[in-house]
Amino acid sequence: MPDPVLTIDKLNAHYGDFQALYDVSMTVEPGEVVAVIGANGAGKTTLLRSISGLLSNSANEIRWRGTPIGALRADQVAQQGIALVPEGRLLFPSLSVEENLIIGGQAKRKGPWTLERVYALFPVLKERRNQASTSLSGGQQQMVAIGRALMSNPDLVLMDEISLGLAPVIIRQIYEALPGIVGEGLTAVIVEQDISKALSVSSRVYCLQEGRVSLTGQSNTVSRDEISRAYFGI
Amino acid sequence: MDWANAVIQGVLLGGLYALFAAGLSLIFGVMRLVNIAHGDLIVLSAYLALTVTTALGLSPLLALIIVVPGMGLIGYTLQRAILNRTMGEDLLPPLLVTFGLSVIIQNALLMGYTADPQNLQAGAIEVASVEIGAIALGVMPLIVFGTAVVVIAGLQWMFYHTALGRAFRATSDRQDIAQLMGLNRAHIFGLAMGLSLAVTALAGVFLGIRTSFDPAAGSARLIFGFEAVIIGGLGNLWGTLAGGVILGVAQTVGAKINPGYQILAGHIVFLLILAVRPRGLFPRIDG
Repeated sequence: MPDPVLTIDKLNAHYGDFQALYDVSMTVEPGEVVAVIGANGAGKTTLLRSISGLLSNSANEIRWRGTPIGALRADQVAQQGIALVPEGRLLFPSLSVEENLIIGGQAKRKGPWTLERVYALFPVLKERRNQASTSLSGGQQQMVAIGRALMSNPDLVLMDEISLGLAPVIIRQIYEALPGIVGEGLTAVIVEQDISKALSVSSRVYCLQEGRVSLTGQSNTVSRDEISRAYFGI
Repeated sequence: MDWANAVIQGVLLGGLYALFAAGLSLIFGVMRLVNIAHGDLIVLSAYLALTVTTALGLSPLLALIIVVPGMGLIGYTLQRAILNRTMGEDLLPPLLVTFGLSVIIQNALLMGYTADPQNLQAGAIEVASVEIGAIALGVMPLIVFGTAVVVIAGLQWMFYHTALGRAFRATSDRQDIAQLMGLNRAHIFGLAMGLSLAVTALAGVFLGIRTSFDPAAGSARLIFGFEAVIIGGLGNLWGTLAGGVILGVAQTVGAKINPGYQILAGHIVFLLILAVRPRGLFPRIDG
């Protein structure tokens, strides 16, 4: 088994007095897709916010290729090659579609992802590249959000609920694009409400329940019963 | 003809007000910071130019070569060292800190330069004018207005056609997500304040050539700057120029009616516009 690129060791996260994560430990190996599932409020988004640096932690709780990154700011984590596709897409409304993508590549890391390649993956974005990002449909905005993260040529991409609020046909389109994204050495952690989607694209799964890891396993071997127990704690 | 003259002089005066306002508009747009010390920073630039001109024997216009980058540097440092520590969800702490800064700058200038009014001597250019028909246009006001147009056009171009402008807009939209793009918010804010104070330096030097100034002269300039920004509509740079022009014309036409009405007329027009169009004449349209 290769050494993990991302190691999370007993991570605790707080919002003021409220503790959102309790001793969460997790490893992600290079090139792997790991799914994080769990009910609303289980701490999935908090976990991704912690990794990406939007929520600061103790340095040693999160390690990226052996280097502690827990205490880094979000821009420093991004420079290390970790990109987040945030829940709710959160595009920049005063930037056009193309500018949203270009600013994703702000850090100028080298790699396969260019504007042309993102447009090849999501051709509809090329047609609309000069439009305001707010004028797009939800699904198209999600494509911009994914493209924006890829433009930084990340080594690890964190995707938070990329299917939330989208029509099933759009969700299918986006998930069909995923294998083309995560192939080439790109590692991914995806947070997803849709359990079957999450299991179908991932190799391993973590389930969170009230801020604690309630289940870990291989995506193709965990049973429905195990998941519902881990999900609801019953 | 007198009235046409008043309007034209007002338009040119508006250029100076637009320069007062552009820096305010810029930092409010990028980081939602209301800079109460802005007027005092304009006056500080004028004193900085005074020191440079007396020490080096330069014309105040040449002193801009030193004062503009100097104020830019002061702006960047001020933002990184002090103001960034107060920036957050709440708009009040940075506002209060700039208020304190205003008091400190005024008193430091008072200690350093006394309360005596000063002005910047630009020489013959101050009284030079060109005749267009029956109207004489001062060369200096024309230079000021031209500079204002170039500065506003330059800022506009920078905002919409450069990587820095893109970073400013993204940070203005969503600070935390901009960080995810690898943009260091503290640095971006520092650059915005540096740019704002570089523009302020132009305003300060032109102010000092036009009229005398003393350490307490900043608050009136802050008000004029605010009025120009708000008349034009928050976050719209060309609107800021229009706001400056409207304020300038109101003042010169007011002075034409009665010399005592100059400042009052400007405030009345400001209030009227605010009553009819609370978001200003040209508010920024975005999602």
